[in-house]
Amino acid sequence: MRLSSPLAVLLLGLALFATLVPRAAHAGPYEDALAKFTTESYADTAAALGLLATSGNPRAVEVVDALADGRLLVDPAAGKVYIRGADGSLADAASGQPAAGVDAAALKAVRANNRVRGAIAAASGALSLFNPDPAKRLAAAQAVFKSRDATVLPALDAALAKETVPAVKQALATARAAIVIGSSAAPEAERIAAVATIADAGDQDALAVLQNLPPDAPASVKTAAASAIAGIQRTLAVWGVAQNVWYGLSLGSVLLLAAIGLAITFGVMGVINMAHGEMVMLGAYTTFVVQELIRAYNPALFDASLLIAIPIAFLFTGLIGVIIERTVIRFLYGRALETLLATWGISLILQQAIRTIFGPTNREVGAPSWMSGTVDVGHLAVTYGRAWIIVFAILVFLALLAVLRLTRIGLEMRAVTQNRRMAASMGIRTNWVDAMTFGLGSGIAGIAGVALSQIDNVSPNLGQSYIIDSFLVVVFGGVGNLWGTLVGAMSLGIANKLLEPYAGAVLGKIALLVIVILFIQKRPRGLFALKGRAIEA
Amino acid sequence: MLKLFSHAGRVVGRVAAGAAALAIGASVSAKAEDSIKVGVLHSLSGTMAISETTLKDTVLFLVDEQNKKGGLLGKKLEAVVVDPASNWPLFAEKARELITKDKVVVVFGCWTSVSRKSVLPVFKELNSILFYPVQYEGEESERNVFYTGAAPNQQAIPAVDYLMSKDGGEVKRWVLAGTDYVYPRTTNKILEAYLLSKGVAKEDIMINYTPFGHSDWQTIVADIKKFGSAGKKTAVVSTINGDANVPFYKELGNQGIKATDIPVVAFSVGEEELAGIDTKPLVGHLAAWNYFESIDTPENKKFIAEWQAYTKNPKRVTNDPMEATYIGFNAWVAAVEKVKSTDPDKVIDALPGIKVPNLTGGTAEVLPNHHITKPVFIGEIEDNGQFDVVWKSNGLVPGDAWSDYLEGSKDLEADWVKLKCGNYNTVTKKCGGS
Amino acid sequence: MSQTDTRKPALLGTGGLVFLAIVIGLAVLVPALNLLLPAGSALHVPTYLVSLLGKYLCYALLALSVDLIWGYVGILSLGQGAFFALGGYAMGMYLMRQIGTRGVYGDPVLPDFMVFLNWKELPWFWYGFDWFPFAAAMVLLAPGLLALVFGWFAFRSRVTGVYLSIITQAMTFALLLAFFRNDMGFGGNNGLTDFKDILGFNIQADGTRAALFALTALALAGGYVLCRYLVRSHFGKVLIAIRDAETRVRFTGYRVENYKLAAFVVSACLAGIAGALYVPQVGIINPSEFSPANSIEIIVWVAVGGRGTLAGAALGAVLVNYAKTYFTSGMLAPYWLFMLGGLFVAVTLFLPKGILGTFLEWRARRSAGSPEPDAPPAPGITAKPAE
Repeated sequence: MRLSSPLAVLLLGLALFATLVPRAAHAGPYEDALAKFTTESYADTAAALGLLATSGNPRAVEVVDALADGRLLVDPAAGKVYIRGADGSLADAASGQPAAGVDAAALKAVRANNRVRGAIAAASGALSLFNPDPAKRLAAAQAVFKSRDATVLPALDAALAKETVPAVKQALATARAAIVIGSSAAPEAERIAAVATIADAGDQDALAVLQNLPPDAPASVKTAAASAIAGIQRTLAVWGVAQNVWYGLSLGSVLLLAAIGLAITFGVMGVINMAHGEMVMLGAYTTFVVQELIRAYNPALFDASLLIAIPIAFLFTGLIGVIIERTVIRFLYGRALETLLATWGISLILQQAIRTIFGPTNREVGAPSWMSGTVDVGHLAVTYGRAWIIVFAILVFLALLAVLRLTRIGLEMRAVTQNRRMAASMGIRTNWVDAMTFGLGSGIAGIAGVALSQIDNVSPNLGQSYIIDSFLVVVFGGVGNLWGTLVGAMSLGIANKLLEPYAGAVLGKIALLVIVILFIQKRPRGLFALKGRAIEA
Repeated sequence: MLKLFSHAGRVVGRVAAGAAALAIGASVSAKAEDSIKVGVLHSLSGTMAISETTLKDTVLFLVDEQNKKGGLLGKKLEAVVVDPASNWPLFAEKARELITKDKVVVVFGCWTSVSRKSVLPVFKELNSILFYPVQYEGEESERNVFYTGAAPNQQAIPAVDYLMSKDGGEVKRWVLAGTDYVYPRTTNKILEAYLLSKGVAKEDIMINYTPFGHSDWQTIVADIKKFGSAGKKTAVVSTINGDANVPFYKELGNQGIKATDIPVVAFSVGEEELAGIDTKPLVGHLAAWNYFESIDTPENKKFIAEWQAYTKNPKRVTNDPMEATYIGFNAWVAAVEKVKSTDPDKVIDALPGIKVPNLTGGTAEVLPNHHITKPVFIGEIEDNGQFDVVWKSNGLVPGDAWSDYLEGSKDLEADWVKLKCGNYNTVTKKCGGS
Repeated sequence: MSQTDTRKPALLGTGGLVFLAIVIGLAVLVPALNLLLPAGSALHVPTYLVSLLGKYLCYALLALSVDLIWGYVGILSLGQGAFFALGGYAMGMYLMRQIGTRGVYGDPVLPDFMVFLNWKELPWFWYGFDWFPFAAAMVLLAPGLLALVFGWFAFRSRVTGVYLSIITQAMTFALLLAFFRNDMGFGGNNGLTDFKDILGFNIQADGTRAALFALTALALAGGYVLCRYLVRSHFGKVLIAIRDAETRVRFTGYRVENYKLAAFVVSACLAGIAGALYVPQVGIINPSEFSPANSIEIIVWVAVGGRGTLAGAALGAVLVNYAKTYFTSGMLAPYWLFMLGGLFVAVTLFLPKGILGTFLEWRARRSAGSPEPDAPPAPGITAKPAE
């Protein structure tokens, strides 16, 4: 740290002072803050954090971090504060020395509520502006932007002066502008400049800052803000449409995943497979079991749990599918509607089986770290979880297409479904192909369950909530056509999300159903109708 | 692995036992002569099984405990379980079956408002007793029903008060998000009137309804985020029901809405619901209830220990409707012991005034309006799926059947002791609906 | 008995007569045993059983309406529950208006749910429902008109097979969502309930229940006769021809869509009547009646009983619902879905023509010589593997 800024000098000086005079109790803001932690009041804890942020004491960061992690312990009777280290050892917060002979059982952790957590974020923002890690500095700048605490301004100026990373620098400048813009002490010109800086950020938060100028702001600042607001709103409106399309793609990929297995069992084989939703549910429960086993035996693998679950879910639900086909469905070929009855019965049995084995309540399927969080693309907030589901849905679709087009079993499947007797006379084992086709459709449904476990309830009712939409997608796209399913899912998803902001979730959905009904009148065989004699079947 | 499937083994055993019991049905009914029958009317399949199965187990557990203590009036209690399968007309049919065919003297059951509305005429006609253990919209007081869950004034209003306080973050802008059915509609009507009376501007209230089981929350959560970034402290009051909660909270976590930015206070999310979610991203979001598993009282510790021993599952959680079932069951037992009879008329008359301990160190008193007194707690979600109580009411709050904030009901009063009426109009001095 | 055999032009045949005798016998016996015998008597039918049987018979009429279009025209409607529910709502609205000032808020015009959601006046579509003849007309008109409009679009554009099934499902799903909305003014999820009386009679009185039961049984008998008459007429012959080879019928000059539309509308009206009789007996109508799962269940009843046999559909409805009642009580309550699911699978595998269909086939095979031309199972009503 170069001693170029007054604040840094001050910090260093204070640090030296603190180490030179370790027993100077109740002498400064740091000690006052520690005393406030012992009162077990949220208001005092929040006030203490405010004091810590500007105390200049080098141990303040450590105290705030400890509080955030629930490692800050107090002895209310003795008025002492301790920090528990990662290894469980205790240190006296006042001196930083290891605390010996303290009865850990008598200590209480300082409790945090939302108000305290907000204060923690603000304090650690102010305290980590000089952190060597740029990511921490960025987070600190954003925390300051949120808290808009004018007392941090000198530290912010110092940090801005020595910042080299452009992204962090910009965040610091925005944070500074957000403070300056509302400060009546700042010169008018500087406040107008701040408006411009904020306007550059151009997002929803910037809009909020500009819309909430203090009433006593000079007219010139207000005018500048008003034009900046109009500009931001125009930009955001355009991004809003993009956001809705993105949501639509995301919903569409969920529909695609839910429906694509059905496109095989129903679309290709003609089985009205009411147990399709339950295959999706079994896939989700497979994910749950895999995660439980990983948690029990090898927690390090947790981030890979979904990847491990995919093949297992495929094989497991595929196997169940083959069993169902061999024991029930195969007796029903040519009597398609009776498959509705039998598979409805199977779906009831599977639901109740899961309910008795795992209980009726939701099961927790965790998200691996690479699926959590958001990234901003322009003003589009893209959540990793949703992005991966879109990618995954497309991959599954392409893989399925490849299996049907490029492999021998795919060729046989198409042959059997197009003309069973002809295929049989060419030496294809139609029984075996039927079982494999049904197994493939079921397995794909199981894979969909792995993905859906990330966004929906893992409960025995999971499948029921997707079955209607799945049939709708397959029929809308055109039975027996995978591309139809893809286009159908995506267009229904996007249409739904474009309607939702205007009509609301319920009316939007109703409108969509009516549109589909009317569309089917126009094209009675769906979007991509099969041509030729097949349609007269 | 074993843990996952041990339940299945028990189930097989129970099915076998059930089949055996059916086979020797005659001897069962002979034995039933000297027992008191208690009906359990909770869905064990269909969409509501997720919540109601636990309450079925709770009643069985309470019956078991009571029998260990020697039963009631010198007789054993016997629970009769039926499955109304989340089907509302079936609720009415099963209620009728319990009362007329199985001759139960009291029924513990229902979760949704519609199931309660469906069975109401049956209980009135056949003059039996229903204990209803779930927080609900109020606007009802029937002679044959005892409401041991929270009325809106025992849950919603204190929660909003807390959020408006300094500790709660001085919230100025409100999103009222709910599932589109009676409970959220009524609660939000009450809350809107209450907030307006507290000086909140109309444009600072956003109301949003979604259908049951809504699973795609992207647009709504984004709207909430937008609404909340207007520079005023914003909170969400959620009356979102059951299945829709998990995807809602997952989306909140995904879009990075933290409790420190926009806290969500929920009235239908308890320990049971949290068991299905990874709560780490949700730390700090709130729930308002009259009971939390984490409340540290000797009664509660004992109850949890016995419950977990009964279910043979050391991780089984407890929740607010379970406590309400516990209170209702004990109040009924106390009333039966008081009049030395299970005759519904006598028990109904004896119940108001009965005081039984609740699990949080207080006393639940059955009021003349057939609601009970309850403490109110506000808890913040912790990373272990439990709640940390951050606020509690000053003493007990009596349940109010008719809200003072709704135009149609502000003049109504329920009193089954003096007025013998569930909806007495204090202006016209008449008992309506008779 | 037979349905399509031209050599036996009798309207009913022996099987039909037996069915009618049973239904009409029930209509007389059950109310009589309920009302006339003292509660202690061994033959006494408890009121609980009367309303339960009444419910079954409503379902039987509903199943009959499905069998008419599915068994004889090949229209697999996965939205029949919508017509049932509309009829039920029409009746429910009448019953709501009859409550008058006896609601908890004592409002003379507005139903309770409107009062506490701050509705100020009655929505226009509630007008007239306080007058029974109007409500009774709506019981037929609401489902009938919906079927007319929906069918007119669908059959004219030649939407058939599974496409038709799925859009009927979409229709009932859309209605489900709409009726769930509290803003629609139909009581939202709570629906309509707490009825007091019907045509001046207390709805909870034993006499009213018995009368409703008798009425339901008569409606079922009437519906059966009507359906038999239709399927045995020239009109019915065309319907069966459409079921078996729609294109050929069209080529011979028949306006296929008109025939289908007529059958569809009649079926919807029958379902509406079933709904209207159902509501006063179970005491509640709620949007869950629109749920697609309910409509699928109706199909299952018909399949279990025997598609294309009319009486079988009614039998299936009663049997499946009795199984449901039986399995959801007692020790097996938590596991009843296993029983029901297993039953469906077993029926499909071992009794492919349903219970009555299999019985008729067995009898036909016994009386060798004259092959029984009972309605044969229809060819694929849905996309079967393309040949």
